[in-house]
Amino acid sequence: MLSLSPKDLPAADLSAGQLERGQSPWSDAWHRLRKNRLAVFGGCVLVVLVLFCFFGPLFFNLSYDVQGLGLGGLPPFSKVVKIYDAATKSMLEVSDVSHLAYDPIFLNNPEAKSRLALLADGKTITIGGRLYRPSLYLLGADSPHGRDLFARILFGGRISLMVGLVASAVALVIGVTYGAVAGYLGGKIDRVMMRIVDIIYALPFTIFVIMLMVFLKDPMEKFDTWLAQYSIIGDTRGVSQILLLFAAIGAVEWLTMARIVRGQILSIKKMEFIEAARALGYGPGRIIFRHMVPNILGPIIVYTTLTIPAVMLLESFLSFIGLGVSDPMSSWGTLIKDGAEKMEEFPWLLIFPGGIFSLTLFSLNFLGDGLRDALDVRSSKD
Amino acid sequence: MLRFIARRIFETVPVLFIIVTGTFFMIRFVPGGPFTAEKAVPPEVQRNLDAYYHLDDPLWKQYVDYLWDLCPKKFHPTALADGPDLKAAFGIDLRPSFRYANRTVNEIIAEKLPVSLELGLLSLGIALALGLTAGVITAVKHNTWVDYTASALAMTGICVPTFVVGPLLVLFFAIKLGWFNASGWYSPRDCVLPSLTLGFVYAAYIARLTRGGMLEVLNQDYIRTARAKGASELRVIFRHALRGGLLPVVSFLGPATAGILTGSFVIEMIFQIPGLGREFITSAFSRDYNLILGTVLLYAVFVIMMNLAVDVLQVWLNPKLRFE
Repeated sequence: MLSLSPKDLPAADLSAGQLERGQSPWSDAWHRLRKNRLAVFGGCVLVVLVLFCFFGPLFFNLSYDVQGLGLGGLPPFSKVVKIYDAATKSMLEVSDVSHLAYDPIFLNNPEAKSRLALLADGKTITIGGRLYRPSLYLLGADSPHGRDLFARILFGGRISLMVGLVASAVALVIGVTYGAVAGYLGGKIDRVMMRIVDIIYALPFTIFVIMLMVFLKDPMEKFDTWLAQYSIIGDTRGVSQILLLFAAIGAVEWLTMARIVRGQILSIKKMEFIEAARALGYGPGRIIFRHMVPNILGPIIVYTTLTIPAVMLLESFLSFIGLGVSDPMSSWGTLIKDGAEKMEEFPWLLIFPGGIFSLTLFSLNFLGDGLRDALDVRSSKD
Repeated sequence: MLRFIARRIFETVPVLFIIVTGTFFMIRFVPGGPFTAEKAVPPEVQRNLDAYYHLDDPLWKQYVDYLWDLCPKKFHPTALADGPDLKAAFGIDLRPSFRYANRTVNEIIAEKLPVSLELGLLSLGIALALGLTAGVITAVKHNTWVDYTASALAMTGICVPTFVVGPLLVLFFAIKLGWFNASGWYSPRDCVLPSLTLGFVYAAYIARLTRGGMLEVLNQDYIRTARAKGASELRVIFRHALRGGLLPVVSFLGPATAGILTGSFVIEMIFQIPGLGREFITSAFSRDYNLILGTVLLYAVFVIMMNLAVDVLQVWLNPKLRFE
């Protein structure tokens, strides 16, 4: 039979006390989100991807721009050994016996051929009595440069994810400020501000971004050389291109955010706590950013998560038509572009970057949808 | 209603003016011009080129002249039957191209626009047919395996970009199976892969929007009323629910139609289609001032007209809006 000893009682009381503390709307939303399997899956994939892209290269000692002669279009899971060839006084990358048969350098160099002896276990190669450990080209190598595709996908992911995050942040800051100010001030100012948004909406977006990218490319490259003169950063290649991507994409993606924020601000503008804040004599800046914006964070978070995939898609679109970062740097868009050109011979050059990119977009969309359901935001999207 | 349309058309004039002015000065103020990329020409030749294209005039004069040439001076829409020549029909002169010798922007547009329109309309047709069907079916069969499969497919359509789908379709259907040409635009068969690639993405968005809109509408009282008075299920869906359920789709269609036209940039590049999108990108790279301005304007007019059409359609579908 159940019998409560006096010793158990305080513990029971304590847990009852914890239950009575209640749940904040945020922890409610968190619980709802955790029940959504697709959203959890998306979140986990994203965390893994971000960790891999930003920290992977540090652990695996990968480089995205080291070229391998004769390694162009290497298939996935190839093992490559790098040996110093005394005859030609150069590094020779050897993948496997079958590959060697087609290697022009190797074929033209019978001396090197005679000094190579391959062990059949596939893990190590001995040449002239010395043991070499092959490095793994997990996803093969690009063509014609023979650069490690796995490394290029990781480094490209850095750029793509960074553009996605930073450009969305730019859109977030501009959109929230603009929408909140318009909604709070109301009246004529609101009408003029929103009319401007309507006009920019009517512009053909993509065309606008393309023109911005094409025409600011040269001035920005001058900025690069200027930066190289004065800055402490050693490598300034491509800094301007990335900045330009941030600016161009951020400049067009803030419009919807401004509209959403304005609508939300209008809906809470007449509430008592805002009136109370005004009665306390707070200025408009403080009321908007300390009292109003925190109360409409839900829709803002949801819309930001859905902006990131849109931004990444726009970035890869620009890269695809040749306006993204330039070689030897890569983004997922440029990798897809290169892969599409070589897909007849080496389909994996298209499939791997395309697959990773799509997986990222899947995860972001699942997470965004999950957040929308969890935070119970009504949206016009569906 | 007519007043509303007239006001909106009138409002586009300042918007177009802002677009022309902004584009005109933006492309002029950055370094580089249409002739700088080539090897240096003798100064006399350069002078003649500048005189021919009026580049030796002061910038403000070039701008005013361009605006004047842009103004419609006559109205003969019947001339459009011979081909989309804006000069014959409305007296709009978009000036000669800088990079194509002896060709005017009017001629280039008249030649390339029909190709882009054909591709765009085919894709839009595919997107609407696939998207609406899938959206209605998934909403009616809510939470069944049909719903899950179609929704997963729609998510795939949204997340796999056209420039991955396009090359993969080429790889499989053109190179491996040999059913279609990998690129080009010569026979009706060449339309299949490009318009499917472009249409599929938008079909996915339309399916999701239709499903959302239909689900919301199907729970409303007037649907219960329709069922209660004995309307057949088909009639309830198509006559009563679809009209309300289409609202989110319609507001999406404005930007989407524009997107289908601009999205065709990539499609035209992948499939080597001689359309206006490819022309726009090359003109931006080669600083062909007049061709850039012409195409930008054309796209802007198109986007604005689409948005207007969508607004009108929305008022027609949603009686609540008529009183505003």
